[in-house]
Amino acid sequence: MTTATHDHDHAHHGPAKGITRWLYTTNHKDIGTMYLWFSFAMFLLGGTFAMVIRAELFQPGLQLVQPEFFNQMTTMHGLIMVFGAVMPAFVGLANWMIPMMIGAPDMALPRMNNLSFWILPFAFAMLASTLFMEGGAPNFGWTFYAPLSTTYAPPSVTFFIFAVHIMGASSIMGAINIVATILNMRAPGMTLMRMPLFVWTWLITAYLLIAVMPVLAGVVTMMLMDIHFGTAFFNAAGGGSPVLFQHVFWFFGHPEVYIMILPAFGIVSAIIPAFARKQLFGYSSMVYATASIAFLSFIVWAHHMFTVGIPFLGEAFFMWATMLIAVPTGVKVFNWVTTMFRGSMTFETPMLFAVCFVVLFTIGGFSGLMLAVAPADFQYHDTYFVVAHFHYVLVPGAVFSIMAAVYYWLPKWSGKMYNETLGKVHFWLSFVGVNVLFFPQHFLGLAGMPRRIPDYALQFADFNMISSIGGFLFGASQLLFLYIVVHTIVAGKPAKAKPWDGAEGLEWSVPSPAPYHTFETPPDIDKAPQLDRKEP
Amino acid sequence: MSSSANHEHYYVPAQSRLPVWMAFAMFLTVFGLGSMFNDMSAGRESSNAQWFFIAGFGVLAVVLYNWFSQVIRENHAGLNSQQLKQSYVWGMGWFIFSEVMFFAAFFGALFYVRNLVGPWIGGEGAKGVTNYLYPGFEFSWPLMNNPDNELFRAPEAIIHAFGLPLLNTIILVVSSVTLTIAHHALRAENRKQLNIWLGITIVLGLAFLFFQAEEYIEAYSHLGLTLESGIYGSTFFMLTGFHGAHVTIGTFMLIVQFLRSLRGHFKPDDHFGFEASAWYWHFVDVVWLCLFVFVYWI
Repeated sequence: MTTATHDHDHAHHGPAKGITRWLYTTNHKDIGTMYLWFSFAMFLLGGTFAMVIRAELFQPGLQLVQPEFFNQMTTMHGLIMVFGAVMPAFVGLANWMIPMMIGAPDMALPRMNNLSFWILPFAFAMLASTLFMEGGAPNFGWTFYAPLSTTYAPPSVTFFIFAVHIMGASSIMGAINIVATILNMRAPGMTLMRMPLFVWTWLITAYLLIAVMPVLAGVVTMMLMDIHFGTAFFNAAGGGSPVLFQHVFWFFGHPEVYIMILPAFGIVSAIIPAFARKQLFGYSSMVYATASIAFLSFIVWAHHMFTVGIPFLGEAFFMWATMLIAVPTGVKVFNWVTTMFRGSMTFETPMLFAVCFVVLFTIGGFSGLMLAVAPADFQYHDTYFVVAHFHYVLVPGAVFSIMAAVYYWLPKWSGKMYNETLGKVHFWLSFVGVNVLFFPQHFLGLAGMPRRIPDYALQFADFNMISSIGGFLFGASQLLFLYIVVHTIVAGKPAKAKPWDGAEGLEWSVPSPAPYHTFETPPDIDKAPQLDRKEP
Repeated sequence: MSSSANHEHYYVPAQSRLPVWMAFAMFLTVFGLGSMFNDMSAGRESSNAQWFFIAGFGVLAVVLYNWFSQVIRENHAGLNSQQLKQSYVWGMGWFIFSEVMFFAAFFGALFYVRNLVGPWIGGEGAKGVTNYLYPGFEFSWPLMNNPDNELFRAPEAIIHAFGLPLLNTIILVVSSVTLTIAHHALRAENRKQLNIWLGITIVLGLAFLFFQAEEYIEAYSHLGLTLESGIYGSTFFMLTGFHGAHVTIGTFMLIVQFLRSLRGHFKPDDHFGFEASAWYWHFVDVVWLCLFVFVYWI
């Protein structure tokens, strides 16, 4: 399949020239690229806020910012990283890879695809602009608990609410598109149980998104009504309850954290077999484990609320249900390790990030199990232990998987090879940085340091300083990542169609860079040499 | 390039100006709305916010009109393969599921407040210490007596299920039947019957909205039942209000299908615009049945 074939056959040719290529595009590769660059920009913006936080926490006492501004920084850091960096990055990867992985010509609904993307810059411009509004940006934490986010919120909360509304619409449309693409656009012979795991995990993630983003819209709508129209949803004086907020929010929020990790599982399940040069161990158990995790994510939400005063039976139920998640997650970790067992392993940059994902995500998983123990959680709740836990699953978890994916598929996207040495330097700096940054936070939390405070007692000083140094190292090394990617695109050496000899999947059957339109005629899966590679 | 035996060519539209304009319109609309609410709550007298909202809404309307027109034109031009039509079917189905989850959030809030929060504030169960906050408060549903009646003035009376709400239930159920008759007429290529029954459905939808408005006027002017009258009013108006908004959208969708039918659109085997609107209508119908049972009746 060559580009020339496409140029003669259809009404639309290669990419249009100039800015309108990006504004008006309907091409899944263009849209994927925009998602990825947007998410990287948000990663740097949210990262800047994190640097402010770590700089202030470098020493006890108030040095750089006022507590009010510090609260705005923690809030905006969380919101931008969750909704602006991690989620759009995965949607960008889905856009680029899913049509190529299942042999589809494009996403199912290409115009809606572009709408899903273009909502985001507007939504985040509105969200970021709250920093310059009277009363400051939202300052109630990314979980925006009522009444902090209603009765005591700055006026900019209204724009926060509407930003959430439209970015939620973007997510729902993006998820519908992915579901329709996967269920309707697979090439003949690409049965569900032959799909790459990245496609499977995204199918399940998209289902989660469609199920819970409307609930998020519901809860911010209740906030809006409480703030401006006198309703009593979160006010006990009128018969409502602030705890109602937490229930509705976490009914969204817990599936949301799996939305940020399931696609990561898919990425790692693609990369580890490629560099271990073995088929993935336990493919079908991976699929069932992913589905089980998704199901369980709907019945564990109140483990975020153990200390709020839910009934004893609730504590017990949510504790056990939460612990159950360790079973399918354990299946996954077991499968990854077993895939590597006796493989002919090499450690190129994507593999380094993927192996690191397995190890460090597991640490985050274990601290999650500790938090799941309701009586113990009374000690850990709202301490830096929680911060350490979810940063371990989100940074060396979700973010590292995204970086692994970028290194793994960048040759396919750009047609150029990145500099392996620089890639490894980036990995090791990030790896050291992230552990120095987050590991001491476990100790801080266990010793009782609360989260979301700009100043702290003297006994926490040393670990905070170490954590901040790790933070600056990790932050700075992401600039190297930017340099590596730009350098690859501008001056990288040409990449082969299949730069990784163990890689499997349809995406490697097209040239690098992938032609602007791929698979306008569906490939014959049964004849594709890349699939169903048997064990030697 | 020849198309393969079992897959027709999947039409991937060329560049389109619509999505980015739509994103801009959505931004303008919500920015205007947010500014209006903030100006209102801050008591600012002069405000230009509504112009942003109106402009955004205007652009939104123009974009949506053009977008749907274009999809219809593409279909009439024969660009849409069976597979592409299936994408629209999946898309609409999952969109309705997302709407179900939106209502689920509000129903969940209602059940939680009614079955747990209320009794706890009233002093029942393990969490009954909350009652110290509002001594003397006794919980009952409908909540005719708020924990703090000075902050939230409780309603004097509520809307009873077996008046207007029952009438509206009958109207909506009948409208679902008439819509199905219209659908059968469409499949049987009976254009006249289609137009008549679709027209009747639209009239029933408008009648529902009229009675709903009557009910709200009654609640506000005579019963003291408002958004501000505590959690009963909050859940009542948010649930019925969002449902009413969805009926409005659904009726609008049916009117569009009616106008398209008058122009001779739809074939017995190709009328997904009609079918999607019908699905949507049945969805708002089912939501109403839940409302009737859980909000008005029990």
